[in-house]
Amino acid sequence: MSSPNESSLGLVETQHVSITAPLKLACGIVLDAHDLCVETYGRLNAERTNAILICHALSGSHHAAGWHTDDKKPGWWDHYIGPGKAIDTEHFFVVCPNNIGSCFGSTGPLSQNPQTEKVWGPDFPPLRARDWMASQHLLMAHYHIDCWAAVVGGSLGGMQVMRWSIEHPEKLLNAIVIASAMKLSAQNIAFNEIARRAIKSDPDFHEGRYAQTDKVPRRGLALARMIGHVTYLSDTAMADKFGRELRIGDFLVGKTDPVEFQIESYLNYQGDKFSNEFDANSYILITKMLDYFDLSRDYQHDPVSAFQHAKCKFLVISFTSDWRFPAQCSKDITDALIASGKNVTYVEVDSDQGHDAFLLPNPRYQQALGGYLKRVAAQLRIPNR
Amino acid sequence: MTTDESFVHLWVSSESRVLDLACGDGTLLQSLRNSLNIHGYGLEIDPKSIQKCIEKDINVIEQDLNSGLSNFADNSFDSVIMMQALQVMRYPHLVLDEMLRIGRECIVTFPNFGHWRTRLYLTLKGQMPVTLQLAYQWYDTPNIHLFTCADFEVLCRQRNIRILHRQHIAEGLPDCYIKDLWPNLFTETAIYHLSR
Repeated sequence: MSSPNESSLGLVETQHVSITAPLKLACGIVLDAHDLCVETYGRLNAERTNAILICHALSGSHHAAGWHTDDKKPGWWDHYIGPGKAIDTEHFFVVCPNNIGSCFGSTGPLSQNPQTEKVWGPDFPPLRARDWMASQHLLMAHYHIDCWAAVVGGSLGGMQVMRWSIEHPEKLLNAIVIASAMKLSAQNIAFNEIARRAIKSDPDFHEGRYAQTDKVPRRGLALARMIGHVTYLSDTAMADKFGRELRIGDFLVGKTDPVEFQIESYLNYQGDKFSNEFDANSYILITKMLDYFDLSRDYQHDPVSAFQHAKCKFLVISFTSDWRFPAQCSKDITDALIASGKNVTYVEVDSDQGHDAFLLPNPRYQQALGGYLKRVAAQLRIPNR
Repeated sequence: MTTDESFVHLWVSSESRVLDLACGDGTLLQSLRNSLNIHGYGLEIDPKSIQKCIEKDINVIEQDLNSGLSNFADNSFDSVIMMQALQVMRYPHLVLDEMLRIGRECIVTFPNFGHWRTRLYLTLKGQMPVTLQLAYQWYDTPNIHLFTCADFEVLCRQRNIRILHRQHIAEGLPDCYIKDLWPNLFTETAIYHLSR
């Protein structure tokens, strides 16, 4: 476990932003107002040109970097955000909202529906990646930012980044898409459905109306997370970290005592931990959002014509052992960008960490992302503070 | 700028779409962008070179040429360039075909194995030549397909590849003065401008 040091942001604070402009969702429902929990790091320059938007993925939050007083570990992308890090807070003003529908304080299934004055629960409107983008667009006005120096995200975050690039081409200079895809494969949707089924099968789920009981579907959510977690790791990473090591017992002949592998205990721990932190309705909502995403659906299913709307430069990064969002998905993004004449750089990082690699330290990845953003800072003439 | 690079500048049109295969640190694409305002992409697999391209703001794509170029559409580029890398490819003839499918025109440069120095080295020493241009031992060389200007022209004839221009580059003495008398003997680096 790491601790705060000089390259860390140290203690960070969460801001609560009320967006009072109406947000029309893709499903047609209008949220008259919504709340966002946001963290910002670094300082916005006088010209307001050095802002970077971080788009989080399925289970992410506004707490991307630095420490809260009660934290056992720093924000989810602390390896990459901070002074002197790849996303350098000495140069950039970094904005990370917790998106609507999630469960870390922003408007979502745990909030109250103003019309019924009851918790939204399973009735929270279905969301699409473009709704997150639209909400982030309203947040942009809150900080009086006209154009992001870069919009950055991994996995579902990368989907929002791509959506930004074609829906608001004038509002970002660089799109950084990490371990993402233009749409999920059938296998990927299948894993999400197994996770949702696990949640719905929990007797405490009550069709999502568990807020009216004194229980939450913890077992279902833990199981959903365990399935997800396996798909975020690679076979090699699991073999390296756990192998067939035993946590309890042994295989000596003549013993009936139980035996438990390290990987079993690790997975159970991860599942239980997650089920105490995350909301089951949010998990269902956001996995569906992943499934529904299809970048070029509105563009005759042609990614090249979709990307023709973009004006920014792109950096696309993938990881060799990622089988949930395989490198080929990132190559497809890159090919479509080249065919539509966009400026793009594609880096395939050698890693055995699976999909999780986008969150973990990796010198090549840090160099590529850091080098790219350093150049962005230089081109924007952002002075080193 | 090296001599072969200066010919590339002559044969590439301004504002054109350029694909540079094995683009290295992006020097060529950068100079083409600066002088001809081209829209370029480079393919490369060496992480250090890729990093340098990123720092220079060159569009670089991490892709192994030996695994094919099928991700690029027919005639999607004006020029496809490959500098000093054809001899490293597993199947140079197929790479050439692919280059001419993707690009309207192609430019390739390669070390001429027919140069008198390499011929003399092999004849007198009886060993595979190790020269400034081909500075590897036979067992560790990436240059797995060594060939001469004459070999290359035979291949072009066989595959109906049109040679638009050819330039023979020799910088040593006396080669630089007499290279055109017997190109295959005095050329150090050959540079060809091709189309279908």
